[in-house]
Amino acid sequence: MPHDHPGHSHDGLSPSGHPYRPDNDQPLTYWQTMEIALRELLIERGETTAEEIARQIDAMDARSPANGAAVVARAWTDPAFKQRLLDDAGAASREMGFDIGPMRLIAVENTQQIHNVIVCTLCSCYPRNLLGLPPDWYKSRAYRSRTVKEPRKVLKEFGLDLPDEVTVRVHDSTADMRYIVLPRRPDGAEHLDEDGLARLVTRDSMIGTGLPRRPE
Amino acid sequence: MMPDRVRVRAMMPPGHVRTPAYLRGKTGIIERPLGRFGNPEELAYGRRDDTRELYRVRFTMAEVWGDAAERPTDTIDAEIFAHWLVPAKD
Repeated sequence: MPHDHPGHSHDGLSPSGHPYRPDNDQPLTYWQTMEIALRELLIERGETTAEEIARQIDAMDARSPANGAAVVARAWTDPAFKQRLLDDAGAASREMGFDIGPMRLIAVENTQQIHNVIVCTLCSCYPRNLLGLPPDWYKSRAYRSRTVKEPRKVLKEFGLDLPDEVTVRVHDSTADMRYIVLPRRPDGAEHLDEDGLARLVTRDSMIGTGLPRRPE
Repeated sequence: MMPDRVRVRAMMPPGHVRTPAYLRGKTGIIERPLGRFGNPEELAYGRRDDTRELYRVRFTMAEVWGDAAERPTDTIDAEIFAHWLVPAKD
């Protein structure tokens, strides 16, 4: 319904020069309708409650790369923990109190000779319990198809120019495993404690498309 | 017992297959066995009791992409179910 407000218009460009995003007034898709029907049935039959669903969404949104960063920082400071992480990343994460659910987690370690990068060519498998929701680019066809074919070019676009003597290992999450990269601890971080180290660990460094921040 | 060197079967069946097409027909080495997991091709139809051995298989870029490989000795690891793997002849 066209209407006027004093001072602004819904057409054209915003004051910052970007087009307004249209309201999503289109009808529900088949699967959106299906999801609503299923959810309402489950609530009606007492299998779950709206509050329980909202709580679960809240818990999913609360996960962030800070969880993974804490695991990485522990591995950097505690060699025995690092070994347990490489042996069974799920068990080691649970040991730190992170609920990683039924998923199976494998940690892959970057060294001077090896750089690991994670992709899911078939869909968007991602270690959500440790890193939160995946970035949009992780789910894009370009990232999924190019990372297995030309990982060095992709990494270069992320600002990561790997020397030729470093071997790139791409990990395609095709089935029941999820992966997290254990990046190399940056030089010059000897004065930092575990919390300080965790602040150097970026989301992208745990996907393998970046490196940890350098200490100031 | 799965040998160290395996080839991914080059079949193209319909259904919920988790073996990427770009690896079918390619040869790699078993990186590690992962244990038994529900077969996604059956799980997709609600059949939960069909479990299969799952392996991580490592392929070289040279094997997967041939001359188009960016750097031949870089690798791709993927999880492949046993029924997609056959012993590789050298």
